[in-house]
Amino acid sequence: MATVKTYDPELLRAERRKRENIRRLKGLGLHALLITTLGVMLYPVIWMVLSALRPETEIFGDMGFIPTNWTLENFVRGWQLYGNLTFTQFYVNSFIICALAIIGNLLACSMAAYAFARLEFRGKWWLFAIMLGTMMLPIHVQLIPQYIFFLNIGWVNTILPLVVPKFLAHDAFFIFLMVQFMRSLPHELEQAAIVDGASYWQRYWRIILPLSMPALATTAVFTFINTYNDFFSQLIYLTDTDRMTVPVALRLFLDPSGGSSSFGGLFAMVLVSIGPVLGFFLASQRLLTKGIATQGFK
Amino acid sequence: MSSIDAANDPVLTASETARSVREIPRNRTGSALKKADNRAAYLFLLPWFAGIILITALPMLASLYLSFTNYAVIGLPSFVGFDNYVRLFTSDRRFVTSIWVTLKYVGFSVPLVLLFSLTVAVALNRGLRGLAIYRSLFYVPSLIGASVGIGLLWKEVFGERGVVNDILALFGVAGRGWINNPTFALPSVIALNVWTFGASMVIFLAALRQIPESYYEAASIDGANAWQRFRRITLPLITPVIFFNTVLLLINSFQSFTQAFVVSNGRGGPVDSTLLYSLYLYQQAFQQLQMGYASAMAWILLIAIGLATALMFWSSRYWVFYGDR
Repeated sequence: MATVKTYDPELLRAERRKRENIRRLKGLGLHALLITTLGVMLYPVIWMVLSALRPETEIFGDMGFIPTNWTLENFVRGWQLYGNLTFTQFYVNSFIICALAIIGNLLACSMAAYAFARLEFRGKWWLFAIMLGTMMLPIHVQLIPQYIFFLNIGWVNTILPLVVPKFLAHDAFFIFLMVQFMRSLPHELEQAAIVDGASYWQRYWRIILPLSMPALATTAVFTFINTYNDFFSQLIYLTDTDRMTVPVALRLFLDPSGGSSSFGGLFAMVLVSIGPVLGFFLASQRLLTKGIATQGFK
Repeated sequence: MSSIDAANDPVLTASETARSVREIPRNRTGSALKKADNRAAYLFLLPWFAGIILITALPMLASLYLSFTNYAVIGLPSFVGFDNYVRLFTSDRRFVTSIWVTLKYVGFSVPLVLLFSLTVAVALNRGLRGLAIYRSLFYVPSLIGASVGIGLLWKEVFGERGVVNDILALFGVAGRGWINNPTFALPSVIALNVWTFGASMVIFLAALRQIPESYYEAASIDGANAWQRFRRITLPLITPVIFFNTVLLLINSFQSFTQAFVVSNGRGGPVDSTLLYSLYLYQQAFQQLQMGYASAMAWILLIAIGLATALMFWSSRYWVFYGDR
């Protein structure tokens, strides 16, 4: 924008300062806009946090935004869902499933990814295409026969239908993510190992896996988040109250007969339930946003 | 699992070693190497093979078969030909409703998510301070948006005594129970989906940061204003990412389940206004135990998603710009 007509240094400097000020002002405006947007978006969550921390009777009504009487009674009440059934059990159930799912995905997906990324074999192109294709399949076309099958072999109401598929690399997305990563590793390292007489398994286990840590960590975190949040399959497969996971148990708050008249308890437990996901995210934030950015994940 | 090892290891001759060090392995021609690679690869793929056959292919075939039967879990499936498909389209009004609800849901949420995510990404991509913090905060809803907990929260937020009405009251607008109102229940669920635009935004942001600054400088010198720079530089260069995000969002939204389930307590109400396709399928399969009927629904969904994706790929040649190609 060649608008400066003279070359008087004084004028030039003034011009530059003016432009600098405008830029700064625009920046401030943008910050204000973004913060307002975030405020509106996160307001419901903040409202829930504050509601969970105030006495039941003050949640709805004109008691002001910031609670005057802070309390933890909602957490105590909510934790005790009914009878001797507490969220302790639901969290244990959820975490067991998550832990096994993570181990399964890390092992099975990385093995498949190693083959696709680092080895040559017949039918590779077709198999890779099939693998990508399965990423787009809606779960519904497999769900019903799977359910019937698991029902017939007595797996319904156990964690097996939720965990075993992970050991069979059912989450093709993570294979894809790892393939992309492993492909980018330099070949020289593996070549050196071949010269040293390393077996395929050693090349995979000692060289490729340790170098793939970022992809493995991304897989672990997302497996946790997806499995922990997964409502559909847990709803279908876990029906006994003592087998229930956190999302399935939360659902009981919907049941009018489930002693759910307590909104405080509900908010407190919702808050506690999203805690692990947020915790995992904060702990691995940089890694994750990088992973999402390069792979595209929801 | 250590059985996959030493036995398969190739004996490397000196010349082969020298060559394989020089070349990348995929260009190796030694047949001994290839054979060993072959065997090792199949062993590494064994779990995946088992999965593809046992929990993907066979169940898919079975569900295709079941879709032509009447099957209520107990007893044997009885073959009824195209009966389920005919019934779905001719005499099941709830099915037709669920299609409309799903189309409305997808048709509103996908463009809105794209709009929000792109706008915020462009705003964040201006060398702003605190980019990492903004990015994380905008991403938070995507992490928790699919959970039952947030569904429960949404029910209260859009309930009669919820936050939305509190805010409206500030502007003197009389509130209502949004989530129990047939007109506003679905928009409330759509709002929840749009709320999670952060995931798409992160992908857009990564793409925006790859556009060389020099393009914009050159355009500025030529006198292009901010809108022209966006319209003529940014937009064409990120069409591949818009395409990618759209396909991803389409596939995901067609299958949305949890939030509609939670806000309507599994019923899809009020008056079937939140009866998403997956929810109706769930009701047919696991409440009515109409496994054959629900299988037919599953296959229709598969075909619909396939068609939508194919349409996107077909249309991409008219609007997606792949660099020099």
